[in-house]
Amino acid sequence: MKNQSHNNCEGCEHFNAGGLKRLGLDVKGFDFVVALAGNPNTGKSTVFNALTGLRQHTGNWPGKTVTRAEGGFSYNDKKYKLMDLPGTYSLLSTSQDEEIARNFILFGKPDVTVIVVDAGRLERNLNLALQILEITDQAVLCLNLMDEAKRQNISVDERSLARRLGIPVVATSARFEEGIPELIKTISDVAEKKIKCQPYRIQNIPAHIQQAVDQLSHRIEEDYPNIPNSRWIAFRLLENDKRVIEALENNEFEIA
Amino acid sequence: METKEQKKDILSFTNSLKWNIGEDFHDSLTQSIYTDASKIADEVVKVQGERKRMPLDGKIDKIVTSRTLGFPIMLLILSVVLWLTIEGANVPSSMLATLLLDNIYPFLKDMADSIGLVWWLSGFLIDGVYLALAWVISVMLPPMAIFFPLFTLLEDFGYLPRVAFNLDKLFRKSGADGKQALTMSMGWGCNAAGVIATRIIDSPRERLIAIITNNFSLCNGRWPTQILIASIFIGVMAPPLLAGLVSTVSVIVIALLGVFFTFVTSYFLSKTALKGEVSTFTLELPPYRPPRILRTLYTSLIDRTLIVLWRACVFAAPAGAVIWLISNIHIGDESIAEWAITNMDGFGLFFGLNGVILLAYIVAIPANEIIIPTILMLTVMSTGVDGYGEGAGVMFELDSMSATGDVLRAGGWTLLTAINLMLFSLLHNPCSTTIYTIYQETKSAKWTAVASLLPIAMGFVVCFLVAQFWYLLGG
Repeated sequence: MKNQSHNNCEGCEHFNAGGLKRLGLDVKGFDFVVALAGNPNTGKSTVFNALTGLRQHTGNWPGKTVTRAEGGFSYNDKKYKLMDLPGTYSLLSTSQDEEIARNFILFGKPDVTVIVVDAGRLERNLNLALQILEITDQAVLCLNLMDEAKRQNISVDERSLARRLGIPVVATSARFEEGIPELIKTISDVAEKKIKCQPYRIQNIPAHIQQAVDQLSHRIEEDYPNIPNSRWIAFRLLENDKRVIEALENNEFEIA
Repeated sequence: METKEQKKDILSFTNSLKWNIGEDFHDSLTQSIYTDASKIADEVVKVQGERKRMPLDGKIDKIVTSRTLGFPIMLLILSVVLWLTIEGANVPSSMLATLLLDNIYPFLKDMADSIGLVWWLSGFLIDGVYLALAWVISVMLPPMAIFFPLFTLLEDFGYLPRVAFNLDKLFRKSGADGKQALTMSMGWGCNAAGVIATRIIDSPRERLIAIITNNFSLCNGRWPTQILIASIFIGVMAPPLLAGLVSTVSVIVIALLGVFFTFVTSYFLSKTALKGEVSTFTLELPPYRPPRILRTLYTSLIDRTLIVLWRACVFAAPAGAVIWLISNIHIGDESIAEWAITNMDGFGLFFGLNGVILLAYIVAIPANEIIIPTILMLTVMSTGVDGYGEGAGVMFELDSMSATGDVLRAGGWTLLTAINLMLFSLLHNPCSTTIYTIYQETKSAKWTAVASLLPIAMGFVVCFLVAQFWYLLGG
């Protein structure tokens, strides 16, 4: 019996041994770009290390990664470049770490954005996740620190969460490398468009604001028919975001 | 293809819409996000039985962030880390010195002789470059290999955010951001890293304050200087059993003085050149996580110790060459070094320092780490202490702290010189890497100049006051 379950594991496509090769710092000639975003202290850098095989230092304090770090891995003959973005609580203010994270997701157009959240503090972490889902529709939610959540008697219904957010959800305990093979498989499925995401968009917006945002995002779509995040750009324009206005003036939203 | 007209159109359309949305746009949007997030979380999160807030965490936090015990515990932990570093570094340090200086150095010299290398080339390469490297490695590697892993373990455990929590109020009273407590702690590792870490501070005003004051955090390049001088001059005044403890305390006093100057300077800046409102932030206390000891040892040795050591070597090699050159190039009767030392001696004594220390700081501008070797070498050379070293510009062998002390005392050093060297090591310009980093981060020559010159001005003032007071008391 025992033997068989072991074999099952190896046969499963999630199993590590198959296509994974950790590439460390070698990021030349990659096929896909993956961004790693999330609140501070959710173990993003640990996930980064688990994926790339790098041993980037991970301190237990918020704000450890202030610049972006990059690394790579290859899975099923495709090379992935991974960017570890600074941990932030939101993308709505203008501190430098938030700008770095925001600009990379908005202008760097990663093929997949992995949103790392703390399973034990889901509500607070979702604030950032919802903002990211306004910007990109190619995302995976990595429900990290499952071990700590368990110790706090907290459980998360992953399926409902995935259905609600419209993106795949993978539970991990990156410190112990649990769930990493599944995460890699899911990243690859989203990158290869085998999984189609239909991300949740912010609701409960007051009517008068909703109306203005709708009008403006329609107006933006008239000029840029294929833009995935017209609503987010409308939010930012209405808030007088200088960088986004500049991007508009310089044609950075042009779809190639 | 987009025309300019159309884009302008989007922008002017935006402006016309702004009239409809009112002023509370940002807050309403934030509110909507929060509402959505909490609704989704309610649906999917289940708490079985009672939600435990990491039962131990709460208890630990109550103690380490308590009003009465918070500060004493911080001091205690810092003391233990420093004491372990001071006591633990001695033995491997002298072992390394024996290997690199007593065995490899003569071997290299013999080899140079046997292949008939001209004297100035073997002097330049072996007495200059090699000895500087050997010195830096034997003096710096052991304390770093102990200090960094200990510091990293504390960091991984989750103690540093508690330090920030404890210091938050003091920083806000100084008109700075509470997050500066974190960047200050980073500075205890490396000032350049501390300066980069200020990116977590939102307000440009508070960020500048944090950048300018980061240099008051003793960095790893300066801990060894502090530890060595404290052990040689201050530790020896105590009975042998207490020597380690007394040295530890004096290093801690200097480190705390740095924290004090951080507050004073922040306060001064926020009342003058960098006036403004204090912004608030929420500091999350992460759960305590048992550090994974082996991995921590690995990363702190690779990421910190070896990188810092490599950097020190890169700067020490040319500095060793320069020292050898200025000691061996003569103008008239004197070498350049002797000439500079004689001329700066009076100026130095005025501040309770001496010409050797000033020249060493000039030679060692690229890196703080090599100050002590430079000072020793220059002292021997300028005073002609017998029995040590082999000639001009040679960074010679000293395998014990007492030998180092003998040389310095022979060079006219007193307790005052030692105290002021420790003060001056705390208060002087940042190393060249940090200065460059400050420029990169601020993109302002003006603020880079302020950040570089302010500490050294303060250093001269403080040393001057201490020296004058000392002379007044007849010390």
